[in-house]
Amino acid sequence: MRKIAVISYGLTKVEKHWKKSLRELFGEAAKSAMEDARVPGIDALIVGNMCASDLSDQNNIGGLLADYIGISPCPAYRVEAACASGGAAILAGYSAVASGMSDIVMVGGVEKLSDGVANNTTLSLGKAADADYELFFGSSFVSLNALMMNHYMQTYHTPREVFADFAVLMHKNGARNPYAQLPFEISRETVMNSDRIADPITLYDCAPVGDGAAALILCPLEDAPKYSDSYVEISGIAGATDTIDIASRPDILSLNSTVVAADKAYKMAKLTPRDVDIAEIHDTFTITGVLSIEDLGFCEKGKFAKLLDEHAFEPGGAVTINPSGGLKSRGHPVGATGAYQVAEIAMQLLGNAGKMQVPDSEIGLTQNIGGSGSSSFVSILRRAK
Amino acid sequence: MKPAIDVVVSGWGSYIPLYRVTVEEIARIWGKSSRHFKDELLIDEKAVAGLDEDVATISVEASKNALARAGIEPKRLGAVFVGTESKPYAVKPTGSIVAEAIGATPRVLSADMEFACKAGTECLQCCLGLVGSGMIDYGLAIGADTAQGAPGDPLEFSAGCGGTAILVGQKSKEKAPVALLEGSASYVTDTPDFWRRQKRDYPSHAEAFTGEPAYFTHITSSTKILLEELSLKPSDFKYAVFHQPNGKFPIKAAKSLGFSKEQVEPGLLVPWIGNLYAGSSVTGFSAILDIATPGDRVLVASFGSGAGSDTFSFVVQDGVVAKRDKAPTVSDYLKRKQNIDYAMYAKFRRKILV
Repeated sequence: MRKIAVISYGLTKVEKHWKKSLRELFGEAAKSAMEDARVPGIDALIVGNMCASDLSDQNNIGGLLADYIGISPCPAYRVEAACASGGAAILAGYSAVASGMSDIVMVGGVEKLSDGVANNTTLSLGKAADADYELFFGSSFVSLNALMMNHYMQTYHTPREVFADFAVLMHKNGARNPYAQLPFEISRETVMNSDRIADPITLYDCAPVGDGAAALILCPLEDAPKYSDSYVEISGIAGATDTIDIASRPDILSLNSTVVAADKAYKMAKLTPRDVDIAEIHDTFTITGVLSIEDLGFCEKGKFAKLLDEHAFEPGGAVTINPSGGLKSRGHPVGATGAYQVAEIAMQLLGNAGKMQVPDSEIGLTQNIGGSGSSSFVSILRRAK
Repeated sequence: MKPAIDVVVSGWGSYIPLYRVTVEEIARIWGKSSRHFKDELLIDEKAVAGLDEDVATISVEASKNALARAGIEPKRLGAVFVGTESKPYAVKPTGSIVAEAIGATPRVLSADMEFACKAGTECLQCCLGLVGSGMIDYGLAIGADTAQGAPGDPLEFSAGCGGTAILVGQKSKEKAPVALLEGSASYVTDTPDFWRRQKRDYPSHAEAFTGEPAYFTHITSSTKILLEELSLKPSDFKYAVFHQPNGKFPIKAAKSLGFSKEQVEPGLLVPWIGNLYAGSSVTGFSAILDIATPGDRVLVASFGSGAGSDTFSFVVQDGVVAKRDKAPTVSDYLKRKQNIDYAMYAKFRRKILV
């Protein structure tokens, strides 16, 4: 299997892009990625997207985007793994290049949630849950995560304020991110006093609804110097699944898909959680972020509050979590989020992160979740030697 | 845009129904928090039309007040236009009912206009054109609504009732002009942010889409065009009225254009009567004429979903002082109120069908 490099990336700012369509958003990201790579062409395009068929009345996104960005007749297709669609697209692109089927592949994601009104968007996103056994009975993503948060608070005797403090940290980071949807700092009181969505989750525990696109170009590591002066290696990558409904899990406070995918990715990269300098993790809700940090091995189960208090997840700590601001502040353009994460880690490792830059970062990790943890994709990137 | 002949406001008049329902009362029924509506959208309560009131009666009351201030015979009106999205009849003009009731028929042009919340200023534009071209001596432009909001929908917290009539005439024939039109600008695109289909009782809306791409884009664009055409800047105005779907939007739009809160607040009525839809910006203008002094420059900007904005610049004239007391002011109507509970509101607004 060939080793793989990310040789360029392009992002749009995450926001409600009222005047840009799905294709225009991805076109902007793809153009930016293409400008930074001296590639002769693209062999394949693999794009993550979840909601276009519901909210933009658009399927066949691969063909649409390949045509729009002018790379037809190369093969192009969409992959869908709910909020982890971007992570799934990267794994698919990695596999295509590593296997030798393709040499230069564009991967990424695009999502345009602002095309829908709240009921439609909530239903479309809710389809990532179990339609028969969760959605049918009125569960929404926020209500499922509220169950998990309540259970965490009771099991580990964790005050609600801890989750608010995690949101505060995410906004502190995101305030320095030019691509962030909510680039401003908040206080604990902002979170605690914001509108209650599903007890105990309040508005500021949640990632915002936004639009965005990210594109990356992958090629064999050995060819990377031909196409780019700055690139990073994907040294580990894996995906895993868990039960789609949370009721069937032996422990709803463990995201087993993340545990399994992370374990595989660490082994592939020959690294451990202690080696990771920075991580972009999936915090759709503050509880999702807490569980992710624990299940990636950055923290013992139930010890999140202690480590947060010790500043373990900030620059200078054990691992800097979400220097981009994460889903909470950067935003969550659902099917594109996994691609944003990889681009952001690449940006950090290459020293291109501007005000977000975490000094001396060599190893970075991304973790992208679909559903309430039914799918996870983990990538480990390192500065190319 | 500027008419060939100078056009002035000759009279103005408003009408706001007696009844009010608070946002707390609506929130109580639907199990919602009133905080968002009170603290962020700055709405305390909204005006509710009584059982025997509709856009026709509101328009007649407002028109009588405008005629009293203008001091002209109704027969001199060459046009009566009613702008509304709450027509009592789907087919049968409200304008003819109003024209008949105030004594302007039969030698009069009349029609109903619809452009969501912009319909009132749309009528004003038409009257300015007819008067400004010399086709008629006087025209009456009415913006009025008994606005619809589906039970429990966010719109229900703001959809109010009331309206205003603006009577315009040729400057050369008006002895006591109230305000001189300096110019106007319109800005329209096909932006489907809010709509009501045929045979539907309540409108639909595209939530946040009603904000940036609809309200803010249009109202700031028409205003910028007018300021540029007249070579004016925000500080040249004493007052500015922006369409008031809530309290937050007009203040934000004004700020983005360089107007101060002090210029906007005197015409900001939404906290006490809600969004009067087609009557909103013209009633704000009416409240300004109630207090303005000659020489004051006033900016009036409407917004209608679908979407478009009209912006006007007026300079207040000496006639405003003598005419002011000839009819009740907006402030008089704000003070004259009776609060009702949700049950009475539901009955008055015919939300309970028997």
